[in-house]
Amino acid sequence: MKFLAVCGSGLGTSFMVEMNIQQILQEIGVTGVEVSHSDLSSATPGDADVFFLAKDIAEGGAHLGEVIVLDNIIDMDELRDKVTKVVKEKNLI
Amino acid sequence: MTTMNEFLSVLVDILSQPAILVAAIALIGLLAQRKNLSEIMKGAIKTFVGFIVIASGAGILEQGLSPFGAMFQEAFNVSGVVPNNEAIVALALNEYGTNTALIMFFGMIVNVLIARFTRYKYIFLTGHHTLYMACMLAVIMAVAGFDTIPLIAAGAVALGIIMTLSPAILQPFMRQLTGNDNVALGHFSAVGYAISGLTGKLFKKSKEHSTENIDFPKGLGFLRDSTVSIALTMIVMYIIVALFAGSTFIEAELSDGTNYLVFSLMKGGSFAAGVFIILSGVRLVLAEIIPAFKGISTKIVPNAKPALDVPIIYTYAPNAVLIGFFSSFIGGIFSMGIMFVLGTTIILPGVVPHFFTGAAAGVLGNATGGIKGSVAGSFVNGIIISFLPIFLLPVLGELGFANTTFSDADFGVSGIFFGTLANYAGPIAIVISLIVILGLMLIPFGKKKEATKNV
Repeated sequence: MKFLAVCGSGLGTSFMVEMNIQQILQEIGVTGVEVSHSDLSSATPGDADVFFLAKDIAEGGAHLGEVIVLDNIIDMDELRDKVTKVVKEKNLI
Repeated sequence: MTTMNEFLSVLVDILSQPAILVAAIALIGLLAQRKNLSEIMKGAIKTFVGFIVIASGAGILEQGLSPFGAMFQEAFNVSGVVPNNEAIVALALNEYGTNTALIMFFGMIVNVLIARFTRYKYIFLTGHHTLYMACMLAVIMAVAGFDTIPLIAAGAVALGIIMTLSPAILQPFMRQLTGNDNVALGHFSAVGYAISGLTGKLFKKSKEHSTENIDFPKGLGFLRDSTVSIALTMIVMYIIVALFAGSTFIEAELSDGTNYLVFSLMKGGSFAAGVFIILSGVRLVLAEIIPAFKGISTKIVPNAKPALDVPIIYTYAPNAVLIGFFSSFIGGIFSMGIMFVLGTTIILPGVVPHFFTGAAAGVLGNATGGIKGSVAGSFVNGIIISFLPIFLLPVLGELGFANTTFSDADFGVSGIFFGTLANYAGPIAIVISLIVILGLMLIPFGKKKEATKNV
């Protein structure tokens, strides 16, 4: 299982989201998920199973497949809810 | 004795290779976090390769950039500069790589120490900007006359201070925007954003007329994709300059007979390709260093405020993002006109800096002054990021003659500050200024009363 956080330049924001996802996965005790980050141009549908994007670039990343759109990228509670929902759907916990 | 000398010379060889040095820094970070062997191997090797990727990207980028300078000179008889952080950093790392890596490493430590022992609790987590600022300081400190250990010490202290003060000056505006005091903005264009916020205050009567109340076409999202926007601007600028320089000159002197417009198209594309490669390298280099920094700093500084990359504020006002970009870009074109009249070096408006910093200036201007504040604030931001590079170029030594330079406001402000000090009174002036600034920051209760007022 692989998660990919995506932002415009693939440097700061997506990296922060990646670190937050890792922290959440650790908190809820999920292992075996690879998390990484990328820029919008490089990301392709095969790169990951689930993609995490901020609301403002959601349109540009719609082609990626299973996309989770984050309304507020610094809101840990929102991210925790959405990550937990995904790992439940994928039967990881 | 000779074996000892041989050992030392090998050690010096190792440490003077920046790629090995950053890999060693990553290794320390990974060991400190007690990662397992496979993660340690993976992290250290990726960091090592990442640095080499950046250097390779610099070569491609230079091929894409150097004809532009020659064409611009031929067309307008003045030099034209396209500010782009990735471009100038990749070029500078060839010579200043080792010092950059060491300044970055120790600068992050200084940042943690400042956060631990002063009232400025900001931990600057935007790694690529830390790297770029470390690089600029390595250049400026060298031009100022420092070398070896004093250079790294002065650069690291300066970097630690900038990493703390940049989020600090913006925090009053961030509190107003986000409604809390938990998150800071870590992006080295804070001076431009703060001035945009202040400009917005001039229009505080129309604060209710927010940018978010208007219907605005959203079809410009593709500009957020940095490869697209870089390629697009470089091609457009190349073709315009090519039309002025003329086919005869380009086909005889630069393109080896290839049609001048085709040549321009390809070179604009090469520039974007170079930046793309450099960004991949930067990503590899930072992938292990930043999480280690984050983990260690949160342990040492309990109530730290993370200073995060600029798009975190875009979702607060998506319309202001586009309005701010346009307004800042127009500010850049306006400034370019003034530069032509004055006959200075021409700073061309790059879409990337105007997008990212203009958007943030628009969001903060909107928070303090509604639509009018957003438009005016980001226009002023556009003028600021256009004129600062003109004064920054002379303090960068030989790198001031590259056709590109650092783009965001804080690079300009801090570069000009330290460079000017060095010009007037040499390295000692920089040392004194760093001590004075640190001393001022240590005063526990200064004039930070707005902290309670604005919440």
